[in-house]
Amino acid sequence: MSARERPIRLTVNGTDRTVVVAPSMTLLEVVRTGLQLTGSKECCAEGECGACTMILDGESVNSCLVLAVEADGSVVTTVEGLGAAGTTPLQEAFLAAGAVQCGFCIPGMMVAASALLERVPQPSESEVREGLSGNLCRCGGYPRICAAVVEAARAGGPDA
Amino acid sequence: MLDRGVGGSAPRAGGLDRVTGAQRFTADIAIDDVLHVALVKLDCGRAVIEGIDTSTAEDVEGVVRVFTAEDFPHPMPRFGPRFADRPVIASGETKYHGDPVAVVVGVSKESAAKGAAAVRVQHVEVPGVYSIDDALGPDSPLVVEKDLRPADDPLRETNVREQWEWGWGDVDSTDADLVIEETYDFPMVTHFSIEPHAFIAAPEDGGVAVWSSIQHPYLLQRTLAQLLDLPISKVRIRAPDPGGGFGGKGFPKYEPLVAMMALALDRPVRLVLTLEETFQAVRRTNARIHLRTGFARDGELLFLDAVDDFLMGAYADIAPRVIGKSTYFAAGPYKVGAVRALARGLMSHTTPSTAFRGFGAPQIAWALESQMDAAARALEVDPVDIRLRNLAAPGEEIVPGDRPADGDWRESLRIAAGKVGWGEPLPVGHGRGIAVGLKASATAGASYCILRILHDGSVSLIAGTSDMGQGARTILTQLVTEHLGVPMEQVALVMGDTAVVPFDYSTSASRSTVFMGSAVVDACRRAIADLIDLAAGHYGVPVASIAFTPGQVLVGATTKTIPEVLADVFGAVPGEIITSGSQRGEGVPGHPLGGPAAFYEFSCTASEVAVDLETGDFELVKHVTVADVGKAINRQHVEMQDEGAAIMGLGHTLMEHLLLDDRGRIRNLGALDYRIPTFKDLPSSMESVLVENGDGPGPGGSKGSGEGGLLATSPAIAAAVSQATGVVIRDLPLTPERVWRAMQDDTRESPEKEGTKREDN
Repeated sequence: MSARERPIRLTVNGTDRTVVVAPSMTLLEVVRTGLQLTGSKECCAEGECGACTMILDGESVNSCLVLAVEADGSVVTTVEGLGAAGTTPLQEAFLAAGAVQCGFCIPGMMVAASALLERVPQPSESEVREGLSGNLCRCGGYPRICAAVVEAARAGGPDA
Repeated sequence: MLDRGVGGSAPRAGGLDRVTGAQRFTADIAIDDVLHVALVKLDCGRAVIEGIDTSTAEDVEGVVRVFTAEDFPHPMPRFGPRFADRPVIASGETKYHGDPVAVVVGVSKESAAKGAAAVRVQHVEVPGVYSIDDALGPDSPLVVEKDLRPADDPLRETNVREQWEWGWGDVDSTDADLVIEETYDFPMVTHFSIEPHAFIAAPEDGGVAVWSSIQHPYLLQRTLAQLLDLPISKVRIRAPDPGGGFGGKGFPKYEPLVAMMALALDRPVRLVLTLEETFQAVRRTNARIHLRTGFARDGELLFLDAVDDFLMGAYADIAPRVIGKSTYFAAGPYKVGAVRALARGLMSHTTPSTAFRGFGAPQIAWALESQMDAAARALEVDPVDIRLRNLAAPGEEIVPGDRPADGDWRESLRIAAGKVGWGEPLPVGHGRGIAVGLKASATAGASYCILRILHDGSVSLIAGTSDMGQGARTILTQLVTEHLGVPMEQVALVMGDTAVVPFDYSTSASRSTVFMGSAVVDACRRAIADLIDLAAGHYGVPVASIAFTPGQVLVGATTKTIPEVLADVFGAVPGEIITSGSQRGEGVPGHPLGGPAAFYEFSCTASEVAVDLETGDFELVKHVTVADVGKAINRQHVEMQDEGAAIMGLGHTLMEHLLLDDRGRIRNLGALDYRIPTFKDLPSSMESVLVENGDGPGPGGSKGSGEGGLLATSPAIAAAVSQATGVVIRDLPLTPERVWRAMQDDTRESPEKEGTKREDN
């Protein structure tokens, strides 16, 4: 541990973790490299693409913009923390709707959609479009992702 | 329940890992003792490098080594699919904004980045070639050093790297009632895969192992073997499924660099590009197309005369093939009596352009289809009718002597027109447009696979296609299920490791279903033959008395399953059936493209827009794509690919454009300033329709698909905007500002004055 590094405590997907971080490290880096949870992805690194979306103390955030030290003591959910007991209706709905192509944006989409359904349990299609507008999918899966979220809501929410 | 058979919609193979985050992309792979790489770049376009001071960088804590051109062999090793012109690292000068001049290797990403910031590069900016006009200018600097081109190359003192002259008939003596002559611009756009390119290299077994997000691992393997003077067997490429490719991950980029550094350091190294660095690594070839077309009064397209200027980047990559192949089909899907096309591939000091979904065909369609609409307006012929009048019918040639039309393209056009409500009344401010596009598929290539029926009857299929989202895993698994009757859940597909997976030419040109799909069907047939041989020997009956239907072996009057037969045959010592399959396309010597296309990908787009006549902003009310796919092996996969292509097409049509300043710097570098379609840019209603006439060369009569949806996006939407506003726009993207400006321009020509009409009859 160099002089400027310090330990932080996080509750990640229900497990308490302590990691040593440099002040410049983002939450995304710490989760991906320190905790080796690589489900969250890095693309734009400036909060525009949503591939790194996590839920931080109940709020959906771009984890590439959150410094790890800022998250000290927080509760974090990543894609790996969704559906701890099997797949969620949201995950099932994504697969059934054909919402997944290359899959690189999907973990971020899944977390963002899950947070959206917490906030708005029965979203309309336009609420889904608005709610997920910070998540980019270059494969153009948007219409099917949208349909999947609406369908999952109908089937019983993110964790039912 | 989704229908899992061929033609149904079996769920994505590998889908579960993609929704749980378990899918490992290249950047997710952890290797012990790996070192991190950061690129050193200059904030300018072309510059002469006078010296590089690495001493401060070397002192940065955690920096292991700094590499510059001096640390690589002399002369600098070069590579590339068309010309070996790309150096492993910039040597002497930077050729474009972002061309790395040095590389810092550190124990962490952070130390490598700190080291990179500490490298001092003494350099002088010199004039560069940053546009088509620059490239064609009489005094413009040469991008490629003269001595890197053959002495007998008549173009070696120009920036034209290659040019092509295609054509037939006599354009100059063809009389026409209407001649349209205009110039169309197609913008410089970048792939923006959500997964930035990633590379890892490590010394392995007397050679090297490289992990890459590459689409064509075997091409990379050959490239590295040549550069490193290693046998192909000592270069192992591991190619995890790419997180989006779209053509941008086809050809080697930084793999030779990381491989050479890993060997020099005798340690694994990894380089994960930033999104900004991907903008500086790959892009589509932008184009300016000057087109002159002649029509008869009834709308018959009589001649086409084109000068196509395509701006490649600093290294040719596969762009010459993009240009040569797309302009060969200058007349698209139409039958035209006389065609003359001059296509020029121009070098510039910009990001090297490469393959990008559509492979040049969207550029061609933008100009050609815009002219079809101009002619329709001038002749007062319906835009659907003028296309029906000229589209080649099945069996009619579009290029004399070459593969004729292999689909009922007029059917696609009629379906699209019907779906968009063609001819129905429109509210004020609304307009409709329709356009078609044609892309030629692979002309040659080969795919091999290995199929093993294991002792319990489950199957291991080893096939080298890359699944970058198009769903090759699903399609190939479905074909095994269809032919052997083994449930999809019992088929394991092994991909992405050249040490165990046999050769596949490439994952490009929508070729995998046709080429690798046929190889898999071939392997299944051989496996069935082997199974019957073994059974006949074991049961002591003639081969002819054994019949196979998927999942069932009929031995005389007895029906057995595959595992039952295998258990009988092998007894106490387990065994398996191992077969291979292959599909080769040899090409045709002397053919201008190396061979005729295996199939054509034909697509039709119809769109309705609602334009705000005050601001120029517009919404897509309805967007329909029709794809002639021969046969959809997996309906849902094909539809999602077609929709995805359509949405990608909205990007270059509505918003995407890499902007360069006069020093060659990309001004909108990154996701903040370079916008791609989001959820909020979707049409209010979207539909993808598949035409399936079983007329393709692949399994079940399939053709490749998945690129078509973006071929005709731009001309369809532009025509709709023209109808709504009365202005014609010939430069992409169709931003609200551009539409608004066109509407304000009092000197604008009215659409009905487009073209020159013959007055005498």
